[in-house]
Amino acid sequence: MQAKTLYEKLFESHIVREDAGTYLIYIDRHLVHEVTSPQAFEGLRINHRPVWRNKSILAVPDHNVPTTDRSLGISDPISKIQVEMLDENCRHFGLTQFPMNDNRQGIVHVIGPEQGSTLPGMTIVCGDSHTSTHGAFGALAMGIGTSEVEHVLATQCLILKKFKTMEVRVEGKLNKGITAKDIALALIGKIGTAGGTGYAIEFTGESIRSLSMEGRMTLCNMAIEAGARAGMVAVDDVTISYVENRPFSPKGEAFEKAKAYWKTLHSDKDAKFDKVVMLNGSEILPQVTWGTSPEMVVSIEGMTPDPKNENDPSKRKSIEDALTYMGLEPNFPINQIQIDKIFIGSCTNSRIEDLREAANILKGKKIAQNIKLALVVAGSGLVKLQAEKEGLDQIFIEAGFEWREPGCSMCLAMNADRLNPGERCASTSNRNFEGRQGQGGRTHLVSPSMAAAAGIHGHFVDIRSLN
Amino acid sequence: MNPFITHTGIVAPLDRANVDTDAIIPKQFLKSIKKTGFGPHLFDDWRYLDHGEPGMDLTQRKKNSEFVLNQTPYEKASILIARENFGCGSSREHAPWAIEDYGFRAILAPSFADIFYNNCFKNGLLPIVLPNETIDFLFKSIYANKGYVLTIDLENQFVVMPSNEKISFQVDAFRKHCLIHGLDDIGLTMQHSKSIKAFEQDYYQKNSWLL
Repeated sequence: MQAKTLYEKLFESHIVREDAGTYLIYIDRHLVHEVTSPQAFEGLRINHRPVWRNKSILAVPDHNVPTTDRSLGISDPISKIQVEMLDENCRHFGLTQFPMNDNRQGIVHVIGPEQGSTLPGMTIVCGDSHTSTHGAFGALAMGIGTSEVEHVLATQCLILKKFKTMEVRVEGKLNKGITAKDIALALIGKIGTAGGTGYAIEFTGESIRSLSMEGRMTLCNMAIEAGARAGMVAVDDVTISYVENRPFSPKGEAFEKAKAYWKTLHSDKDAKFDKVVMLNGSEILPQVTWGTSPEMVVSIEGMTPDPKNENDPSKRKSIEDALTYMGLEPNFPINQIQIDKIFIGSCTNSRIEDLREAANILKGKKIAQNIKLALVVAGSGLVKLQAEKEGLDQIFIEAGFEWREPGCSMCLAMNADRLNPGERCASTSNRNFEGRQGQGGRTHLVSPSMAAAAGIHGHFVDIRSLN
Repeated sequence: MNPFITHTGIVAPLDRANVDTDAIIPKQFLKSIKKTGFGPHLFDDWRYLDHGEPGMDLTQRKKNSEFVLNQTPYEKASILIARENFGCGSSREHAPWAIEDYGFRAILAPSFADIFYNNCFKNGLLPIVLPNETIDFLFKSIYANKGYVLTIDLENQFVVMPSNEKISFQVDAFRKHCLIHGLDDIGLTMQHSKSIKAFEQDYYQKNSWLL
């Protein structure tokens, strides 16, 4: 039999039909949130179409929800309508939803895996680009638009072309304090934000195998920032033990049967990828973005670039524009950049391990005087409870952080959490686009421990230099 | 969906790479539960000098005269040209909704982000990938001739320049078919519901833990 990549195995096991290279692909899991679904449900109602498979859906409000006291409800009337619309659509179509006040509520890409709703071998979609997160489980997971949300609701299928395949092999032992976030940013720095366009990425190698499921989720989450709609990691014992005993995961005999299949979910030894990118894990340093695209990234030892050194006029202009927007001079050392706000959260870095990592740096310390606001927003109600059980909330609060309710929060600032014009943030989120965290706001993407360390010192520091 | 057969219009030059969907339609406008009405807020942070919120009186807002769509004759443009990786970032379909609602029918760029590219076709908007040098040549032509007009012929897959010279482009046959006929692909897939049911029967037998 021909050797296959993991992507090919996942794709081929879900083909309903093919017509000249256009495939109808069956979808196992459909995650739904309030922002990209109302128009899709409206489309179903207008055309009198039912939902094909109610059981495949898990819905949760996350983008618009307040992270402050929820007993007060949502103060923004338009956000409120959108969240209530999701409640109404889930009632009307009979769908499972964790509403805002359920303690299982959280960011859609945190709760899927947490609930065992994300399983190896699945095809998973959501009207959200960071759906690539779920590929960490050896699943084919990708973000879709609202028209496709409606298409999947109505038909349980997605019309797809085959992606090309890219292996990102990261060999070597990661240095102390280096996280999946640093690997992701280093990769994007190397291949660019369009480097993965048209590809499904599989992350392989020693450095990847050594990552926890949380780390693998962070990495696959950022695949979209490299342009790849899907990122994935092969199934191993780490995957299987994470999945076992989750509320929606199979139990007993069914679990054993599933496990036998899941163990086949890896690329065959002689499988050919269309492209291979190699990184040396032992050479990756803590990463900090300096500009307005995730590819504008250097290590903590680096400096902002000098546009004079760029010959391509279009690229030179991009660098100039980004430096102007970010309020930074060329050749400015990264470790001297002063910070106004800290955000620890988002579907990239809001899981229990991320919070432990940040708390470990903050223990017994206080944030610097120049930090106006430091937020920790757990990825889900259950992550928040777990952190409280471990006393992490007290470490954050004593350090001067605000301990908030779960949601997307200041990653995209659709709720009240945002940067004011000119404010500079060390953020564990995924996008440093202009205005992403609030109009005129300046975002530097980093790992949770780098964000925590920047909080203590008031500027970026090399976490390797801390005790 | 509006069918797309041929289209002639003024080309607006948006001379930037990595134009992300947050820039195309900022987050505060995603709170709408409708598919329409996003056009006035297309590129809101770039188009206006003040901060925009849904429901604002647009006539009271200060426009940024340096932004291309606020300059004559580009406010009437119906074709957009930009640099590589157009539409990157968030999967929000509000981005093509806003572009289409503003009055654009086609976008030319050296490359597009996958999800955005896909979303365009669902909304009667044609994204055209052209080589870097061609895009560069078109930018120069636009700067040299204000009000530069192109014709796009989807049937024959040509971009026609004012000189009548033609630039051919590639487009997937299925997507082209749907766009030319303005077809709703849910309806098309529903025609295969028997195949989907047959697939499910076999699939859940093999993967019984998913039931």
